[in-house]
Amino acid sequence: MESKILNKPIPEEGLSRVDGRLKVTGKAKYSAEYDVKGVCYGVMVGSTITKGNIKSIETKTAERAPGVLAVITYLNCPNIPGYHTDNQPDKGPLKIFIDDKIYFNGQPIALVIADTYERALFAASLVKADYTKDQHQTDLKANLSSGFSPSKAKDYLRGQEDAYKLAPVKIEHEYTLPTEVHNPMELHAIIACWDADDKITVWDKTQGVKSTQRVIAQAFKLPPENVQVTAPFVGGAFGAALRTWPHEIAAVAAAKLVKRPVKLVLSRADMFTSVGYRPHTWQKVGLGATADGKLVGITHEASGQTSVYENFTEGVVNISQLMYASPNVNTRYRIVPLNVNTPTPMRGPGEATGAYALESAMDELSYALNIDPIELRIRNHADSDPLSGKPYSSKFLKEAYQLGADKIGWSERSQKPGSLTKDGWLVGYGMGAGMFGAYRSNATVTARLMADGTLFLQTSVTDIGPGTGTAMASIAAESMGISPEKIRVELGDSALPPSPTQGGSQVTSTVGAAVFDACKELKDKFRQLDGGADSTDYTALLQKNKLQKLEVTTASKGSAAMNNYAAFSWSVHFIQVYVNPNTGVVKVNKAISVADAGHIVSPKTAASQIKGGSIMGIGMALMEEAVIDHRYGRLVNNNFADYHMPVQADIPQVEALFVNKPDPYLNPMGAKGMGEIATIGVAAAVANAVYNATGKRIRELPITPDKLI
Amino acid sequence: MKQFQYTRPSTQQMALDAISKPGAKIIAGGTNLVDLMKRGVTAPDKLVDINHLPLKNITPTHTGLHIGSLALNSVVSENELVLQKFPLLSMALKAGASPQLRNMATVGGNMMQRTRCTYFYDTTMPCNKREPGTGCGAMEGFNRMHAIFGTSNQCIAVNPSDMCVGLAALDAVVIIAGRKGERRIPFTEFHRLPEDHPEIDNHLAKDELIIGVEIPDNNFAKNSYYLKVRDRQSYAFALVSVAAALDIDNGVIKKARLAMGGVAHKPWRLFDAEKWLIGKPISEENFKQAAQMAMAGAKGYEYNSFKLNLAPATINEALKHAAGLV
Ligand SMILES: Cc1cc2nc3c(=O)[nH]c(=O)nc-3n(C[C@H](O)[C@H](O)[C@H](O)COP(=O)(O)OP(=O)(O)OC[C@H]3O[C@@H](n4cnc5c(N)ncnc54)[C@H](O)[C@@H]3O)c2cc1C
Repeated sequence: MESKILNKPIPEEGLSRVDGRLKVTGKAKYSAEYDVKGVCYGVMVGSTITKGNIKSIETKTAERAPGVLAVITYLNCPNIPGYHTDNQPDKGPLKIFIDDKIYFNGQPIALVIADTYERALFAASLVKADYTKDQHQTDLKANLSSGFSPSKAKDYLRGQEDAYKLAPVKIEHEYTLPTEVHNPMELHAIIACWDADDKITVWDKTQGVKSTQRVIAQAFKLPPENVQVTAPFVGGAFGAALRTWPHEIAAVAAAKLVKRPVKLVLSRADMFTSVGYRPHTWQKVGLGATADGKLVGITHEASGQTSVYENFTEGVVNISQLMYASPNVNTRYRIVPLNVNTPTPMRGPGEATGAYALESAMDELSYALNIDPIELRIRNHADSDPLSGKPYSSKFLKEAYQLGADKIGWSERSQKPGSLTKDGWLVGYGMGAGMFGAYRSNATVTARLMADGTLFLQTSVTDIGPGTGTAMASIAAESMGISPEKIRVELGDSALPPSPTQGGSQVTSTVGAAVFDACKELKDKFRQLDGGADSTDYTALLQKNKLQKLEVTTASKGSAAMNNYAAFSWSVHFIQVYVNPNTGVVKVNKAISVADAGHIVSPKTAASQIKGGSIMGIGMALMEEAVIDHRYGRLVNNNFADYHMPVQADIPQVEALFVNKPDPYLNPMGAKGMGEIATIGVAAAVANAVYNATGKRIRELPITPDKLI
Repeated sequence: MKQFQYTRPSTQQMALDAISKPGAKIIAGGTNLVDLMKRGVTAPDKLVDINHLPLKNITPTHTGLHIGSLALNSVVSENELVLQKFPLLSMALKAGASPQLRNMATVGGNMMQRTRCTYFYDTTMPCNKREPGTGCGAMEGFNRMHAIFGTSNQCIAVNPSDMCVGLAALDAVVIIAGRKGERRIPFTEFHRLPEDHPEIDNHLAKDELIIGVEIPDNNFAKNSYYLKVRDRQSYAFALVSVAAALDIDNGVIKKARLAMGGVAHKPWRLFDAEKWLIGKPISEENFKQAAQMAMAGAKGYEYNSFKLNLAPATINEALKHAAGLV
């Protein structure tokens, strides 16, 4: 194999995060933290109605408030030349400040710019609008009948439709997931600074500097190279910063208007209506099996909410087409336009939603059949991809089941719900599996070895927290045979060589492979200097040849052979819960996640990735829920006191285990992605454990105490 | 936030003078008041910062313990005397908010904290408590966190405090200073029910200052427990909480104190259940009966009816813990 390792400069347990020290000492600079001369501050004003029109908007008082430079509304917003149409379904993201129409509560109606943040905030409170209100719709359940099949997600049929109904053993249930709002620790922020009439620099929270560059260039009709986007550190994103949002365009427009750099940092409340969310989704799953537990049919229906101005779709039902070897499968996916802002992928996007339903349903089937849930999954294991018929590039899911089952002590579990107790608490075990496509796309990396032995690695990809930089350093250290301390990784800048947006679990595979290829090319160059020998004393070679540095820029992409295989990462999650029989309080006591994600390139950051994903899944199962008062169409819990996600006290020692066997085809490291599978399947594992503990099946997340008493 | 003046009196008299002016408001830890100012729920003209007054003391008296109104929630919860005499209060404090907030929050501020009703906080929504006469958003809205006891057709908000539930159970007394001198009122009579004036949370007059609370000595230390049921293990307000304190002699209850949080506009003392428990042997059967008795008059709304079951379950569970049955 290509992945020949020269020596072992990396410790067995993996590198510590290369930017860890910068982050914990506060030296890592996030987009809002740049000192830009002459910067002024923006604060958004949101609509207080949910549908209708702005009748009039009073900005005079705000404009007269101290320090205010401008109040931007649809009446005076500078022309954004890339906005050709108004907001119509599927004509791109919300176009901000183009007309008086209100599509959702909290939609920005004004942006106040002032010389300090506090003054902007105060002036924003003085902007008052009058509206003509129309009847809004925000309730998914009440509007299921207005769902439609989006062009991007057609109904799927393999074999016979609804075959589960004819099976000897069948179950059919509905599962609901509420809206979960993106709330990474770092608030979304942008500083926009026009350097010339046709040239701009932005410091932006984004998962993709190149895509932000493209979107801003399109909106303002600029050559992309005139838009410089910088995001060297991103404080978590999980999908929230995959797109360039209306507020970012607004900040750029505002900077043009006031002829000064503008900084716009969203408030936590703004986050709830500005950067997307995992949409409220209703699902129904029917499973039919033979008495010995062979699946006869799977039917999976889902309806998820979207906005009235965009058709957001995600792969909620796909997992049922892919996960198990069932001869008959049909899926139906609908989207329901409501007066809400547009959803956006959130870690493990639709698959996490779908897996909650499918893996809960599999659990329900296991009880109906009285077969151990792991055994049921093994009996329906797909040996090749049921959708394409192709062989898998690699799949070690059965080993993952075994690893996790051993670790949590699955043999202690009772198949009879409610039969285990400890200190007055009910004890239950549950598991749920996940899968996500394993990808590799194109990336270019510059590798530059300096006279002092420092190796620079440069590419535009952002590191939103998964440890991309650490993985790159690990790969380069192994490949070049140099100490990781000698490696500097530079990321998150649109001026650097192109690489994809951070998302979809493809970055380690794609960018890692590009690092690998670049290092290989660089070594070849050194080998030529060395007359074909294989020395790793690069400084000596440079000195001997009187060179200051040696550098390559390598474009890397996958091989055509990949097309012959179906490539997926797999995960399985095991949960042990304690449930108080009187108060309905659920405590997760053990959480173990096992990933089949190929060769683990960076063990420490990989483990953090899996643990974080598991915690997110626990939050999904037990607490996250954005609540709208449908009378007003307005969120009632858009803050961290009322919108709950797990805190330390909710989370036990979470363990991450890896099968750690290389995928032979995807990339030279043998690595597959793991960001998404970390979350996919966790919520079902928790819900299944709660059922095992109590005999109560909660099919409407989150599982709060009120639902269990 | 509206601009305001700020003053920092160094004596109690100066503080009392300052707060008697229209538009003036006391600020202690600021953990509640500043949030409300940021949200536009309240907009004082003048903040009277009382942090320099000598009201931080925690001192034994010959009948109990005096806790100054500026004593920090974190300090009280770790105080030796409190832990020894009234562990229930320490448990209640530690069940509230987060360590960071408790490091700022004071006893007086905690008593005066306002409801967390989301309609109260959102100035675009109707709320009789924030703006009398505008209606109650919660009554037919999202009322999962709301009251089941003592509501009125004006307001169904709850008092969010944990500390106050503990103090109500412990028969604490509130010591109040006004320009005419000091007065003392039982803790259970400090907060009020909404009735026709939900904008008024308690019986403290605008120109009065809480000096401290006094807890009388008792025999509950061995058998008391604070149980808070919430949506996550920390940093969440109570769905229901119960402070239970028992004086047990040979397996028989001599005295009982019970108070509930998360169920009413004030800490809800369960006097009838307490009385009924006297003379009864400790047993889950008896605790369940007491809990049922405590539910007389409870009324649920669309999203909080679960409290009609959760409250008695929590009372029972708390009593079991207090009695050492679990
Ligand atoms: C996110 C969050 C979660 C929380 N969770 C909980 C929880 O779970 N349980 C819980 O119990 N609490 C909780 N709290 C509330 C917290 O306990 C209160 O904010 C705190 O106790 C208030 O004390 P303070 O000193 O900061 O008061 P301030 O904010 O300074 O003042 C609050 C009010 O008290 C008045 N006041 C203060 N001192 C006096 C005095 N001596 N005399 C007269 N009036 C006075 C002020 O004028 C003001 O009206 C939470 C708060 C937050 C922000």
